[in-house]
Amino acid sequence: MKLLIRGGRVVDPASGKDAVRDIHISDGKIAEEFAKPDRVIDAKGLVVSPGFIDLSARLREPGYEYKATLESEMEAAVAGGVTSLACPPDTDPPLDEPGLVDMLRRRAKSIARARVYPIGALTVKLAGETLTEMGQLRDAGCVAFSQANTPIADTQVLWRALQYAATFGFPVWLRAEDAWLAKGGVSHDGEIATRLGLPGIPPFAETIALATLLELVRATGARVHVCRLSTASAVELMRRAKEEKLPVTCDVGIHHIHLCDRDLGYFDAHCRLEPPLRSQRDRDALARAAADGVIDCLCSDHTPVDDDGKHLPFAEAEAGATGLELLLPLALKWGQASKLSLAATLARITSEPARVLGTQAGRLSVGAPADIAIFDAGAPVRIAAESLRSQGKNTPFLGYELAGRVRCTVVDGAVVYEA
Amino acid sequence: MQRNPQLNANGELQHLLSIEGLPRDVLTQILDTAESFVGVTEREVKKVPLLRGKSVFNLFFEPSTRTRTTFEIAAKRLSADVINLNIAVSSQTKGESLLDTVANLSAMQADIFVVRHNSSGAPFLIARHVKPHEHVVNAGDGRHAHPTQGLLDLFTIRHYKKDFAGLTVAIVGDVLHSRVARSLIHGLTTLGAAEVRVIGPQTLLPAGVEALGVRVFHDMRAGLKDADVIVMLRLQNERMRGPLLPSAQEYFKHYGLTAEKLALARKDAIVMHPGPMNRGVEIDSAVADGPHSVILPQVTFGIAVRMAVMSIVAGN
Amino acid sequence: MTKLPDADTLCAQLVRELAPRIGPNTGMVGLYTGGAWLAERLHKDLRIEKPLGLMDIAFYRDDYAKRGLKHDPKRTKIPFDVNGCELLLVDDVLYSGRTVRAAMNELFDYGRPESISLVVLADRGGRQLPICAQYCGARVDVPAGMRLTLKRQESGQLVLALEPSRAA
Repeated sequence: MKLLIRGGRVVDPASGKDAVRDIHISDGKIAEEFAKPDRVIDAKGLVVSPGFIDLSARLREPGYEYKATLESEMEAAVAGGVTSLACPPDTDPPLDEPGLVDMLRRRAKSIARARVYPIGALTVKLAGETLTEMGQLRDAGCVAFSQANTPIADTQVLWRALQYAATFGFPVWLRAEDAWLAKGGVSHDGEIATRLGLPGIPPFAETIALATLLELVRATGARVHVCRLSTASAVELMRRAKEEKLPVTCDVGIHHIHLCDRDLGYFDAHCRLEPPLRSQRDRDALARAAADGVIDCLCSDHTPVDDDGKHLPFAEAEAGATGLELLLPLALKWGQASKLSLAATLARITSEPARVLGTQAGRLSVGAPADIAIFDAGAPVRIAAESLRSQGKNTPFLGYELAGRVRCTVVDGAVVYEA
Repeated sequence: MQRNPQLNANGELQHLLSIEGLPRDVLTQILDTAESFVGVTEREVKKVPLLRGKSVFNLFFEPSTRTRTTFEIAAKRLSADVINLNIAVSSQTKGESLLDTVANLSAMQADIFVVRHNSSGAPFLIARHVKPHEHVVNAGDGRHAHPTQGLLDLFTIRHYKKDFAGLTVAIVGDVLHSRVARSLIHGLTTLGAAEVRVIGPQTLLPAGVEALGVRVFHDMRAGLKDADVIVMLRLQNERMRGPLLPSAQEYFKHYGLTAEKLALARKDAIVMHPGPMNRGVEIDSAVADGPHSVILPQVTFGIAVRMAVMSIVAGN
Repeated sequence: MTKLPDADTLCAQLVRELAPRIGPNTGMVGLYTGGAWLAERLHKDLRIEKPLGLMDIAFYRDDYAKRGLKHDPKRTKIPFDVNGCELLLVDDVLYSGRTVRAAMNELFDYGRPESISLVVLADRGGRQLPICAQYCGARVDVPAGMRLTLKRQESGQLVLALEPSRAA
């Protein structure tokens, strides 16, 4: 199908271009100008951006279908302008078998909404003991290997897992958290946790684990993407690691550049997240690091939780927040506060995650896959249970009004969402 | 910023969930009302008809005999009907959620829920889901708060020392795990105590505790110097040996209250303990039974304070 | 403008009326706040042997369900044995009778008196219960929307006053 997107403000972070022009799409790719389009989309007054690439979105299949399904979450993704997403291996059973990965990819493909990149389990059952068959998982479609939120406690296993992945050049995506120091903790160990009487996770649980991880990267040469930074000190470790030119990248969850432990208020379980929301100082450091590029990407860390999981005392509640439909407005809010250009803001959810994933999407140059998000940057979006397409209605931003409404999403040259 | 769920739209106490966040005049109202109830507990007919026909449900998810009994006595002296629910044994083990349990009881016409739970914040969750005429009184949630204990400690201090303004209060022991300590600290800082000290090893003091408005001491002798009030916290058995402390004997050596250490405080200092005491671990028997100890009066005051709390919330 | 009677004159009148019946078995209980001031005066002038009792009826009111426990209750102290006693219950103004009903209920939780006689400085009518005062200083008509109260000045002098009634 020949598609023409006419008169929009085309922002392409990969090239830095930001101008009002037309985009031509043909055979699922961005094409040179052609004469007779089959369909014209009027994008006057709207922003035309590469579709957003979310490095962490839980689709809850297999195993957690009562919380959400592929259908509902893929609708949520494209409604939020997300055209590619990576899903972590903490499904039930975990993605440690090629058959499961294959089934997931087929299901996603048949629904034909966003592109799904499964991240395989690094160890069997995520138990941190035995390596998975990474080669076979890669053949089934895994683009990287991860432990989701279950760190490997045994450093011997961690070392060997990185060595093995490095042998084949497989990227490893890991959250930096020391299993012992984080044990039993549900919030940032500081004044707020003390006031609320909640068991805390000290910030050095992250820095100790990150220092260990970086040392192992030096020793093995493994390519590591550090997921969901949460402390100012970790930011500094990453800065030095990049100056040293280690093969590392990192991301931060979109909630952690806006919220801090004060937002827990009177035990609001919507703020129960992994990693925990930390101090104001940490939040500000993360927001700055995402602006100056020490942090490469913003992701939603989309985790649908049902009411039963949140209507519990804070420490017993299930961690996680819905995020696919908030990624754009929250990114724009951060970009404005950080005084960044629109291109620089969008880079963190388009060209930069594309680089980490190793995909040709995330750019608007001729020949690139036609994955596009068309949005109204100023239009208000009221965050409410009724308007969220995800089955996860759990977010600290319920009731808030944010700006940035997606009007149309294109994946592989086909319109998959229209408002 | 959410509104304090303890206060209704008129700023009156509708639930007692924690001392933190309560304005000074609400705390004073509770203490003054408790004063009147002490008179009731001293006469022959120890009942008043205030809560006649009302039902008080004791929801104890954590076992407790002392606190539950004092709440039961307090409710009965207000002429209320008391129903005790030992949830640890019944529905929770069948997997019923906290809110479902409360909803079922609510359908049985409850007026007051007295709740003790091992998870911080549980009473706040319950308070968000009860009907407008139902009131929640927190009898202890995790490490977070034990407001009626804090109030009876404040009442005891006020009874013996009259004014908080010039007081130095030393709280000794496992502050990290203590909801009693947190509640007392908030009460003392709100009512204007001159200095609140916490004394303990680093392993038993929570992160950022100074932000609560206290001075930290690791040396007990230095911390007790010239104190007017000494509050000894209970050391739970499971904490006595492990990554936090090596042994009960070592703890007693450094942080136990003996007559010799007590002599460093003011001559008329009072010694308090929320109970139950571990004699020979936190406190020497001679001190616990000695002239400075007000541990038994604390218990009597506890009934009057709980009567005051229930009659105030039930009327709002 | 209603002219209010002089409180001192009414006090003296009550003392004259009560004096003949004061005996070793007489006990006096005054109701906070106005009744307590009045009772302090009467107790002294009548030289009653048993120490003065002062009572707060906060816990026996019948409007708890509507009003809750609002004002700071004072502490009831009755320093003598109520059993078998000829009690004089003292209040400043008698109006609906509910305060007296609550006071009697509370008194009976202290023991069983031989008798209770009600002594008031002023009766403004408007009874809602079958209650009457055996000893009354004066009948006073109070205009609608106003309430009659007893005030004590710094000098200790008692004065009757009218003020707008609080919204219920």
